[in-house]
Amino acid sequence: MILVFVEHKNCVLNKTSLEAITAAQSIGRDLGLKVTAVIPCDKDCALAQEIAGYDLEKVIIAKNEKLGTYTPDGYADAWEQAIKALNPQYVVMSHTYQVRDFAPKVAARIGREVVGDCIRYTAVGGRLVLTRRIFLGKLDADVTIGGDAPYFVTFQSGAFRGDNAVKGTAAVETMDVNVGEIRMIPEDPFQEAKASVDLTKSEIIVAVGRGIKSQENIALAQQLADVLGADLAASRPICDSDWLPIDRQIGSSGQTVAPKVYIALGISGAIQHIVGMKNAGTIIAVNKDSEAPIFDIADYGIVGDLFEAVPVMVEEIKKAKG
Amino acid sequence: MKQVANKDAVLRIGPDEKWINEADVSQQTNESDGYALEEALRVKEAKGEGEVVVCTLGPQSAKTVIKDALARGADRAIHVVVDNSNKISPYQIAKAIADAIRDENADLVFAGLQSDDASYGQTGVVLAELLGIPHATIVIEVDRSSLGETLRVKRELESGWYQWFTYKLPSLLTIQSGISQIRYASLKGIMAAKKKEIKDVTPSIEAFAGGQTIEKVYMPLKTKQTQMLGNGDAKAGAVELVEKLKTEVRVI
Repeated sequence: MILVFVEHKNCVLNKTSLEAITAAQSIGRDLGLKVTAVIPCDKDCALAQEIAGYDLEKVIIAKNEKLGTYTPDGYADAWEQAIKALNPQYVVMSHTYQVRDFAPKVAARIGREVVGDCIRYTAVGGRLVLTRRIFLGKLDADVTIGGDAPYFVTFQSGAFRGDNAVKGTAAVETMDVNVGEIRMIPEDPFQEAKASVDLTKSEIIVAVGRGIKSQENIALAQQLADVLGADLAASRPICDSDWLPIDRQIGSSGQTVAPKVYIALGISGAIQHIVGMKNAGTIIAVNKDSEAPIFDIADYGIVGDLFEAVPVMVEEIKKAKG
Repeated sequence: MKQVANKDAVLRIGPDEKWINEADVSQQTNESDGYALEEALRVKEAKGEGEVVVCTLGPQSAKTVIKDALARGADRAIHVVVDNSNKISPYQIAKAIADAIRDENADLVFAGLQSDDASYGQTGVVLAELLGIPHATIVIEVDRSSLGETLRVKRELESGWYQWFTYKLPSLLTIQSGISQIRYASLKGIMAAKKKEIKDVTPSIEAFAGGQTIEKVYMPLKTKQTQMLGNGDAKAGAVELVEKLKTEVRVI
């Protein structure tokens, strides 16, 4: 059996979990294993019926009054018991921030570890070979897991498509789990600053990364954005340095966008950035480093100095527009 | 704190195709580990007392990371000496560190969020479990004024969301890059570091059946056919690109 984790906040689904269901169903077909979804919750989770509309053997609500709000201690206790009771071959999750927080703890507690942030798998002789991106996206690694089941695998956001999850019907069951002492007190989640710019609606985005070198140079990227009618965005280091406000940040900790055109200036293409923009229609990358991972996903690439390329682009676009 | 290949280094795959050829890349302190140290120093300064002990697992070359940390203000260091640290699994790494630091009975353990090489992203969490203390990952702010029997920390969630948690001490925090401005080592700090204690520990790395093994590393398979423009000439590339924007992408 494969257990797949369904993540939610107040019984509202985190849609990345549908990608985990797709992944688990795919592994299930390849290895001849059935898939059961597990939802930790403090009540008869309203989400369970929605998840029961997928092709799963069961949907299990791991229930305890302490599971209303996420805590790593609460979730670790719930998962430990679910795993011991159900004895799965694989535990499949999406590599979300929440999963990064609790999954390694659960695995360690039962003497296992997590093969995390995988981008794909192949089934070889009844076992999985998992591919992870390492060295900030510069290399891929094929990884095997030793020892006995269960094996813990998390997949990167976008590695599978949530809309490919196969529909069906599943029985909903409740499993009462024991949760011990919770050693942390959570407050309510909040959004820092209401995003003044909704980059998810942008047609064209010009994004800058560390290659822009200084705050003053952002004006150059702004010129390019202006002639194209584009919005300006940035990778994390730029927003960490306060060169652009955080609502301009693209990536796992910022916004996820899919514009018609995405122009990446001086962005190397770390995984955390790529997950936020890889679904753009056309990706254009300008970078000094010919081996920058951004070129792996680019439709057009210029290897060279952005300070040479961008002024020429601005002039040529002006000319083209007459 | 971990020593990793420099962010901008050009990587060559090693002869066994299971890791990079480390001999020809420059090394640096893992980015988020640098922020973890900075936060530890700031907590100590806010408290006005205490000690910051740096722990590094890696080969002798990782002494560079330790000396840099001592120069920035850490008080002493424990070096868990493991030559082929890229060959052991995240659980084994966490176990070796746990064994080396358990008797320190630290009030707070700071770790980076993940390493920029293997990116297992679980050393801190597993370490907390092995030490029997609670953890918080992806910490982006520490409310130092709240420090007492408990500590209030802000965790980063996804898509611009955040959440504060209050932790009983002792606990372990994994720190997100960008939490603060990292200080430079002063000349005085560099001089003082020479007198600070570095304790070498040679762990017995126990076999771990459930570990993951890297079977092969390779350049990522390209998912797209990229048209490279300008042939190394950025200006010529820019001209070609605008032509493509006109004729192929059709946005001008």
